[in-house]
Amino acid sequence: MAEDEMRIISALVEDRPGVLFKVASLIRRRGFNIATITVGGTEKEKVSRITITMKGNAAIVEQLVKQLSKIPDVIKISELEPEASAFRELALVKVSAAEPAKRSDILNYISIFRARVIDASKDSLVIEVVGQPRKIQAFLDLMKGFGIIEMAKTGIVALSRGAKSASAAD
Amino acid sequence: MRVSGAKAVVEALRDEKIEVIFGIPGGSTIPFYDALYECAEKGDLRHILARHEQCAAHMADGYARAKGMPGVCTATSGPGATNLVTGIAVAHMDSSPVVAITGQVPRTMIGKDAFQEADIVGIVTPITKYAFQITNASEIPDTMRAAFMLANTNRKGPVLVDIPKDVFYEEVDYMEAEKVRIGGYVVKSGEPHPYSIKRALGLVLESERPLIVAGGGVIASNASAELVRLAELMPAPVATTLMGKGAIPEVHPLSLGMIGMHGKGEANMAAEEADLLIAVGMRFNDRTVGRMEKFGENARIIHIDIDPAEIGKNLGVDVPIVADARKALGTLADRLLEVGIRKKENEWSKRIAELKEKYREFYNSDESKGALSPKRIMKILRSSIPERSIVTTGVGQNQMWAALHFQVLEPRTFITSGGLGAMGFGFPASLGAKVACPDRPVFNIDGDGSFLMTEQDLATAVVERIPTVTLVLDNRVLGMVRQWQCMFCDKRYSETDLGAVPDFAKLAEAYGAEGIRVENYGDLESAIRRSVGAEVPVVIDVPVSRDEKVLPMVPPGKTLREVVWFG
Ligand SMILES: Cc1ncc(C[n+]2csc(CCOP(=O)(O)OP(=O)(O)O)c2C)c(N)n1
Ligand SMILES: [Mg+2]
Repeated sequence: MAEDEMRIISALVEDRPGVLFKVASLIRRRGFNIATITVGGTEKEKVSRITITMKGNAAIVEQLVKQLSKIPDVIKISELEPEASAFRELALVKVSAAEPAKRSDILNYISIFRARVIDASKDSLVIEVVGQPRKIQAFLDLMKGFGIIEMAKTGIVALSRGAKSASAAD
Repeated sequence: MRVSGAKAVVEALRDEKIEVIFGIPGGSTIPFYDALYECAEKGDLRHILARHEQCAAHMADGYARAKGMPGVCTATSGPGATNLVTGIAVAHMDSSPVVAITGQVPRTMIGKDAFQEADIVGIVTPITKYAFQITNASEIPDTMRAAFMLANTNRKGPVLVDIPKDVFYEEVDYMEAEKVRIGGYVVKSGEPHPYSIKRALGLVLESERPLIVAGGGVIASNASAELVRLAELMPAPVATTLMGKGAIPEVHPLSLGMIGMHGKGEANMAAEEADLLIAVGMRFNDRTVGRMEKFGENARIIHIDIDPAEIGKNLGVDVPIVADARKALGTLADRLLEVGIRKKENEWSKRIAELKEKYREFYNSDESKGALSPKRIMKILRSSIPERSIVTTGVGQNQMWAALHFQVLEPRTFITSGGLGAMGFGFPASLGAKVACPDRPVFNIDGDGSFLMTEQDLATAVVERIPTVTLVLDNRVLGMVRQWQCMFCDKRYSETDLGAVPDFAKLAEAYGAEGIRVENYGDLESAIRRSVGAEVPVVIDVPVSRDEKVLPMVPPGKTLREVVWFG
């Protein structure tokens, strides 16, 4: 895998106070450079999933995985192969769309990218786009031409493909 | 049993077979100390009142390292807790099982910047194995069990338990905790994987010039007997890191002494010339390996460590063995016996003997730059105290002279702040070690600068009757920094002169300890011999020239070959 390819690390953690702080503190202390981090619930009560993406070579990712697995709250952690996993990000983008011509162009792109308009005003649209980071980036690049007023991304969530479950393994 | 939270903590300490706790009370821990009051009356859980919480933490650490069991310290919220931080950091860097119990402001006040509130859990998270904050008294039994389990299993280390004041008052049904589970934490068997052992054995059999480098992990896992057995079987010389000192008796013919920046010539040269390095319970620290990417460049490396995250962290290796040092070394020795032992007299042992011979004169010479020679002080100390004595150290030149010239004969008898290098550690650590092993003489080899950072706990030593002996290597300077200024800053001695104060003998006497100033080797020897069985703490003030250096030295960033011998 190339040096600068995106890598995904998925950790199941006990939902205890301070667990995100512990993970974040370790990443900062050891100087790892991450791209995104997300936290949310799982199929199990009291278990959360933390998904981290970063660019870096195999050795760095391995170190991060090993260091994170030393945090006792971490139940299970592994790197997900991008080809063998489903991953998604969500972006909300507010675009200026005062002129009718522009508006119809934007709506066109929205349908091509299977995005959705979730709020509209006289002068602007708020659009939701979901997908792999590359797709989202392509959409945002197009929207730049119309004038992005504000934008927010969630960071990536991911699961491995197939019937296997990370949490069922133990 | 229905008890208060405070009593539940005491019960939990009893269940963990804790006999001593070091600390200072304060507002948030008043209820905890109230529960300790009854223990003091019954005499079953000794509390040692420190004079500074940093010392309480170092004492707990010294206790843990000498005894091989967790040490416990306690402090009140806010300033008490923050004073523990250096002690906790030392324990973390040296993987020492210390459990710290801190008081916290009442639950309703947390986050309101209440009086003496500090986010101690946030502060120590990066320097502990785990930091708990208890939110309900019912959590006490399980949390305390978990704290000791985490501190004292796998790679050991400090754990903090933060307890809000009102939780100490809350009633709880106390039952001894069963096994507890924390996330994915598994207490490892430490058995090495047969495949890694097989590969390691292959490298061992192929090697012609093997060297074992033993670190603190060998001592933590009580692996000395297995280390010596493997070394003798191969045979392979053994170098130790600073933390590994005592893993092999330093009078053993295969012992080369300490490796690294201030390592012995023979140990460093052996590492440069070896074709196989068996690194065990060590982590390729920069002070140990010199220039990282050059270390073991021409050797194959087997790395044994209980912590998988150490494998490949600093240096890539050929065969990693994630295992307990004792089990891995023992298994390797067993396999080696099965396949047959190599001939004893080979080129390599001749070369090692030659290296030792080459440097012998340097280590034997006692000339000094005025005052007493540090080398000779160490030799006199060694020959004047029982073999089983424990030695602790300050940080700086005193520590390195001890590491180079004081021969350690048993594991757990050399206690030093290796990873953090915290001045002030030696004296309180000596007190903890003495409490752990009252029948062993305990000597603290200290620097004048280091000692002044924690000497106020002479009061603790006198009041609690903990008679340790401190040798102040009194050069009136921050010697190690000054040495660097001499060697690397063109003798621009910026802020390293301490001035001719205090009078250390009088200082000791002011506390009711014994203070002795010596001027020559004869005085030194008789002062040491007299203090071996002393009933009060002793401070021996030993003059050393400010111009003495710790030599040889590998300048930072250089390979172990690029040694400076004179300066
Ligand atoms: C708490 C702390 N502060 C500063 C240092 C930096 N430092 C390392 S060695 C040293 C000098 C130590 O002086 P002293 O205790 O007198 O020992 P000597 O080197 O003179 O034997 C200093 C200041 C340190 N290691 N620890
Ligand atoms: Mg000094």
